[in-house]
Amino acid sequence: MARIEINHITKQFGNLTALDSVALELEKGQIVGLLGPNGSGKTTLIKILNGLLQPTAGSVTINGMEPGIETKKVVAYLPDRNALPDYMTASQLMDIYQDFFADFDRQKAEAMVDDLGIDRKQPMKKMSKGTKEKLQLCLVMARQAEVYLLDEPIGGVDPATRDYILRTIISNYNEDAVVIISTHLISDVESVLDDVVFLKEGKVVLHKAADEIREEKGESVDKLFREVFKC
Amino acid sequence: MEWDFKSGVPIYSQIIDEMTMRIASGAYEPGEKLPSVRDLAMDAGVNPNTMQKALAELERKGLVFSERTSGRFVTKEEKVLKALHEELAKKYFEEFADKLRKIGMSGEEIAGAVKRWLQDIK
Repeated sequence: MARIEINHITKQFGNLTALDSVALELEKGQIVGLLGPNGSGKTTLIKILNGLLQPTAGSVTINGMEPGIETKKVVAYLPDRNALPDYMTASQLMDIYQDFFADFDRQKAEAMVDDLGIDRKQPMKKMSKGTKEKLQLCLVMARQAEVYLLDEPIGGVDPATRDYILRTIISNYNEDAVVIISTHLISDVESVLDDVVFLKEGKVVLHKAADEIREEKGESVDKLFREVFKC
Repeated sequence: MEWDFKSGVPIYSQIIDEMTMRIASGAYEPGEKLPSVRDLAMDAGVNPNTMQKALAELERKGLVFSERTSGRFVTKEEKVLKALHEELAKKYFEEFADKLRKIGMSGEEIAGAVKRWLQDIK
């Protein structure tokens, strides 16, 4: 059984089809890039995996279970926008994560927060946009989860922080977990990806190993993306 | 030591080239223990599975060997290291000769030029 099974899910918002019969199996021990232009369905797919949205048709399972309380114990989710109470400080948010998630490693979170120079006593709403994103990522990556769903984890941060985040993802990698990174900043992430999934207008147009793409086509994932999604 | 990946070439093969170079140049000495896959992957900024794949290939080529509990080591076999040197030297020479041929130099001219320039460069 694959860690994540996506069985022909379709999601419609009114008469807009956000996902169109998407089928994927993702095994543990992988870092997968969910790549597609704006509006291709990346966030919708992640929200369905997370149980925040219900598919119109089809089903998904994580460890054989439909998204719900049991899967939330093992899924660490970084939303594409802040969902945390922003009057709280980094310390208080770590308290919350510690209360909610049995797999939260407090020490690890504190070490990351310090590494990134985040003031533990500052309320989130006083932080810059980039710092807010860093803090959320610290909280998510400090969980020893089996599935990481990272929706645009590097969008708003500077290149040095980007490197730190990618190194964090690599160092956090374990053979038992699957990491899904949605992004359109492909050249930044492509060296850490095992597999890439291209989403185009709600459909999977490619699911392949990143090195296979480089080997067969002699071009980077970034370049292939630019070709496939040429405007 | 810096890692620098070119786009459009599989990363694992670029890792193999870089590690081979490090072994040939003695940056990793014969018999030296290599860092763990995870540390190497972090250092290079690549996926640990990719690093693992590259190391497995180096092992297959006999450049590194692993000991079940203690990790991976650079080979101590002089024969293998010597063959590696030769292979690399030949590869670089071919690239070099290829370029000179492209600008119209004959084998003889190249040989003469190599002798002359070697003294100049030092």
